[in-house]
Amino acid sequence: MSLLELRGAGFAYGSRRVLDDVSLHLDEGDSLGLVGESGAGKSTVLRLLLGLSAPRDGQMLFDGEPLNPGSSSLSARRMQMRRFRAAVQPVFQDPYSSLDPRQRIDRIIGEPLRSLGLASGADAQHRIAEALESVGLPADTARRYPHEFSGGQRQRIAIARAVVSRPRVLLADEPVSALDVTTRVQVLELLDRLRRENGLSLVMVSHDLSAIASACDRTVVLQHGRVVEQGATSAVLHAPSDPYTRALVAAVPRLPR
Amino acid sequence: MSILDVSSLTVRSGSAAPVRDVSFSLAPGERVGLIGESGSGKSLTSLAVTGLLPDALRSSGSVLLDGHQVVGAADAELRGLRGPVVQIVFQEPLTALDPLMRVGRQIAEPLRRHLGLRGAELKSAVAAALDEVALPDPRIARAYPHELSGGQRQRVAIAIALAARPQLLIADEPTTALDVTVQDAVLSLLERLVAERGMALLFISHDLAVVSRMVDRIVVLRDGLVVEAGTVSQVLQEPAEPYTRMLVDSARALDAFLDQKLDEREAGA
Repeated sequence: MSLLELRGAGFAYGSRRVLDDVSLHLDEGDSLGLVGESGAGKSTVLRLLLGLSAPRDGQMLFDGEPLNPGSSSLSARRMQMRRFRAAVQPVFQDPYSSLDPRQRIDRIIGEPLRSLGLASGADAQHRIAEALESVGLPADTARRYPHEFSGGQRQRIAIARAVVSRPRVLLADEPVSALDVTTRVQVLELLDRLRRENGLSLVMVSHDLSAIASACDRTVVLQHGRVVEQGATSAVLHAPSDPYTRALVAAVPRLPR
Repeated sequence: MSILDVSSLTVRSGSAAPVRDVSFSLAPGERVGLIGESGSGKSLTSLAVTGLLPDALRSSGSVLLDGHQVVGAADAELRGLRGPVVQIVFQEPLTALDPLMRVGRQIAEPLRRHLGLRGAELKSAVAAALDEVALPDPRIARAYPHELSGGQRQRVAIAIALAARPQLLIADEPTTALDVTVQDAVLSLLERLVAERGMALLFISHDLAVVSRMVDRIVVLRDGLVVEAGTVSQVLQEPAEPYTRMLVDSARALDAFLDQKLDEREAGA
């Protein structure tokens, strides 16, 4: 049974179809990369996996069960949504705009604990300190404001917010694209460590194939809202069967040997 | 004589100096890369070189463009240099293009001003300029910027920049906002145009892989200072400064994810 799964999912914004017949799955402890160019539908797939939108066609399954099915009772749907929210946490692309500038870091990181009703008071402060430590930030970070930190530090803060509720899966939308190359490597290492130490699963959207290669065991390639190829990342990047994937891999700028 | 000679350039903003004592030069037809991370001063350097710094910033030192001093020069003097001597292509073509003007007119403007073209001659020059950046479809000239894709817009921005036949093209992260296949095509286009016209190129980027494809020499900036300069192979193979080494190592680590790490994973699986 997969942790998250899309079965034949379709989606449209108004009359504009952006996803067609997308099937993919993420197993517990696994990492999945979503690759494609602008407009391919990567972010929409992530919205479906985050439960922010429901697919127009097909299904979104959580632990093997349809998410928020119309047929079940309201209280059963609420219980499932609660489990889902506690299990799934997002990390956004831009650490400059995803952190509220008027809030102290401890308040920002503690937000999932409050909204999910998981911890408060001293217990919450303890969980926040633990989350900061797990992303390699000093304890005094808690009392400061976002503007006092660099891009890489802010992305660590965003990741601390995502892991504070001890979720089962992180859904990250271009988590390293806005970062400098040295910082990018460090944040990728952090994601890798969190996965190993906490058994976290990961879905990562990126246009950067090296970031996908570093972080994801499996890769799904999207083009014009359809899956053109998916499989083990090594197979997709080294022996792509689809012409579009081949063009994508060939276009990656490489360092001279 | 150098087409661009920057010597002890400092840019001040209040009491801060985001660019300090920067020196480098480009011979005619030479291709040089300016590389650095955010806050390194690479974009401010390109603005100072073209006299486009915002009013709050002051530059000192010397910038000679084809022998003309840019630092402290009057706007009228600078306008004479922008076009025939230097042109700049920015990261985000949407902000560089006028949203209310058809693309063809925007290309026509520098052709009229700098080459004095009019009427049918001007019209065919616009078509030729679009053709040169691989946009042969006549509908493009009648389109507004928002009707074009990101890659098409950047090609239009390049056509405008090249219209007055500059001797030096400054490209400031010209492909950073583009998808990887579009980036590849725009880089190929720039390579071809620079080679065909024998233009000098100052290519500004945070991406070592992209820079090393486009230029012969690299200048590394950090916190507004030049920390290292050399040929592409010197900088990549034998970086002298610890900072450059860290930059190269990070880029190599990311690059390696595309092959070795995967081989290991296959071996381990």
